[in-house]
Amino acid sequence: MPRPILENLWIIPLLPLLGSAINGLLGSKWSKTLVNTVALGSTGLSFACALEAVREFLAGGSQVFRKEFFDWLVAGNFRAGFDLQLDELTVVMLLVVTGVGFLIHIYSTGYMAHEEGYYRFFSYLNLFMFFMLILVLAANYALLFVGWEGVGLCSYLLIGFYFLRKSATDAGNKAFIVNRIGDFGFMLGMFLLFRTFHSLDFSTVFAAASKPDVAIEPLGSFGTITIACLLLFVGAAGKSAQLPLYVWLPDAMEGPTPVSALIHAATMVTAGVYMVARSHVLFTHAPTAMYVVAIVGCATAFFAATIGLVQSDIKKVLAYSTVSQLGYMFLACGVGAFGAGIFHLMTHAFFKALLFLSAGSVIHAVGGNQDMWEMGGLSKKIKITYRCMLCGTIAIAGFPPFAAFFSKDSILFAAYKYETNGKALYAVGLLAAILTSFYMFRLIWLTFRGEPRYDEHKVHVHESPFNMTVPLMILAVLSLVGGWVAAPALWGGKDYFAEFLSPVFGTGEAAGGAEAAASLEHILSGVAVVAAALGLAVAMWMYNKKVSRGTSEGLHKLLYNKYYVDELYFGAVVNPLIWLSTNLLWKVIDAGTIDGAVNGVAKGAAVIGDGLRHTQSGNTRSYAVWVIVGAIVVFAIIFWPIIHPAFSGGLR
Amino acid sequence: MVPTNYYLILSAILFGLGVLAFVFKRNIITIFMAIELMLNAVNLAFVAFSQALGKTDGEVFVLFVIVVAAAEAAVGLGIIILTARNRRSLNVERVDLLKL
Repeated sequence: MPRPILENLWIIPLLPLLGSAINGLLGSKWSKTLVNTVALGSTGLSFACALEAVREFLAGGSQVFRKEFFDWLVAGNFRAGFDLQLDELTVVMLLVVTGVGFLIHIYSTGYMAHEEGYYRFFSYLNLFMFFMLILVLAANYALLFVGWEGVGLCSYLLIGFYFLRKSATDAGNKAFIVNRIGDFGFMLGMFLLFRTFHSLDFSTVFAAASKPDVAIEPLGSFGTITIACLLLFVGAAGKSAQLPLYVWLPDAMEGPTPVSALIHAATMVTAGVYMVARSHVLFTHAPTAMYVVAIVGCATAFFAATIGLVQSDIKKVLAYSTVSQLGYMFLACGVGAFGAGIFHLMTHAFFKALLFLSAGSVIHAVGGNQDMWEMGGLSKKIKITYRCMLCGTIAIAGFPPFAAFFSKDSILFAAYKYETNGKALYAVGLLAAILTSFYMFRLIWLTFRGEPRYDEHKVHVHESPFNMTVPLMILAVLSLVGGWVAAPALWGGKDYFAEFLSPVFGTGEAAGGAEAAASLEHILSGVAVVAAALGLAVAMWMYNKKVSRGTSEGLHKLLYNKYYVDELYFGAVVNPLIWLSTNLLWKVIDAGTIDGAVNGVAKGAAVIGDGLRHTQSGNTRSYAVWVIVGAIVVFAIIFWPIIHPAFSGGLR
Repeated sequence: MVPTNYYLILSAILFGLGVLAFVFKRNIITIFMAIELMLNAVNLAFVAFSQALGKTDGEVFVLFVIVVAAAEAAVGLGIIILTARNRRSLNVERVDLLKL
């Protein structure tokens, strides 16, 4: 059977790259329609190619497809090629990236319509798609790292898109620098893997690691694989905004809202989860690393949710919510439920993209204001946005039959069953779920319900155009039905999503849907729904009345200021670094030593030259003397060895 | 037959006189003559060795030196004439444009 796209898998990332190049190089002179055509055309074609590739993959009996297209780096016995790979995990990521990416591209044509640098925006956005597709299609760590760094670059460019605003460029720098810390860990992890397994190819490394003679390093020990996994997780924590490297993501909201939706909610920030899931063979050999992943994920889920409770900026709430949901995904990976983590990744991509795009639509409607205390009562004015955002909110809160009910449920279930402190992880996760429900419904009430708190004479509230609302509606539907593939597990059927991924992750967790666990899962699902309802009830009780911003004191103040983590980092890291750079590196080493050496050489040359120029008297006869002296010296040098023995031997 | 040493000693004395005149005289023409004196002192040494060793190499070199000296005289006298015209003087101490 011919497999035209699968055999030429490179075409999927290449299309957005072409779109980016064309728009970036030529787009400045073009009309918006033409820029749109190129940007949407390349992404849409890429999506179509991805669908076709998946069809060919499934038609071919779901054989893992791997092809080496060309050598990229070859040195000694090291080879990192442009090798692409397609298996079930890639399929999920590929469809999420191209599908959600395409929808967000459509939305952006509406949202960015009145912005400067229209072509630049789409050029960056397409470039991001290229790097993200490289990341998910890569068949070795080195190529994955190319995509990894590339999406970081695009994230930086797009956060700082409004580069005339200092806060935006600062946020871009912050994102880039914090990510560098994580990348450093990732690179060290890669080096360690290469040293251990002599290859960076996924197939080789995982085959070598899953040999029976490779022992599982017990919990509490720090063997080679454990350390490699922990280093990889440092990279993942940077990219996916986990404790303690999450600080860049809330600031990244300085970028345009479609960017927040695509990069900082749906795709790029999930790259860390994807990488951990991709390396699941290594992680299952390192329970210590798994445990660390679970604890960090769980702590982040709770920590970020508490900050989200009190934020007043609509996008900041969603940003902390993203950090929190990413924590859930890592919790799932940490307790071994990689399938559940990827499942939540997918549903999160749907509902969080929906929430961000709806927030963008709200901001668009009220003329650029992001402060929820200056909104209120918008539900009557922008009905479509309201309904879509409500869908997303119900989904993230975890009410059935929306998507996150199933994904979050399977994560909490897996955490509950986890043998090491699983109950504690479950409890914290459940608490975070209550908080999630609360802050999301708080957002709904403050934004859409109650009385308007903005000046109705100044702000002309208007619904967004079709190219913005249609993607919202599609994502709303996906947020509703996205979890249904796992639904039959609830009444004893199969979790089709877990089954689909079982060739990648093994069948261990698919058996989790067995009869004995089914009743437990029913109970836990019920508890989760009660938790979500509790959050909803508290939010309704607190905000279903006339509310005002109020003052901030005590715990509220602590949360509102994000636990002062930024201030802590400034005090502990940034300011000492600036002090060191200023007083030692700049003033002593650069200005003192390096500049001093350069200036000293120049000054020394001047002094020596000033002295020596007196030998140039301009007097002809003194030159004559020098000629004679020189001749005598040369004569002496040549003839001394001949004359010397005659003298030393005495006059015979 | 005059011993070779005598020629060499005469050559050294002539050369030394040439050097002294080269350094201490002020008149350019005198200096020029001192150079000629040194060249001819060397010529004398060459032919003396040539005689002593029974080879003609030294005489060949002398011919070369004479040719070079002739060329040098042509150039050198040209310079002297120009200097004399420009400065109305043959004193080398007046040739000091490069002086600080």
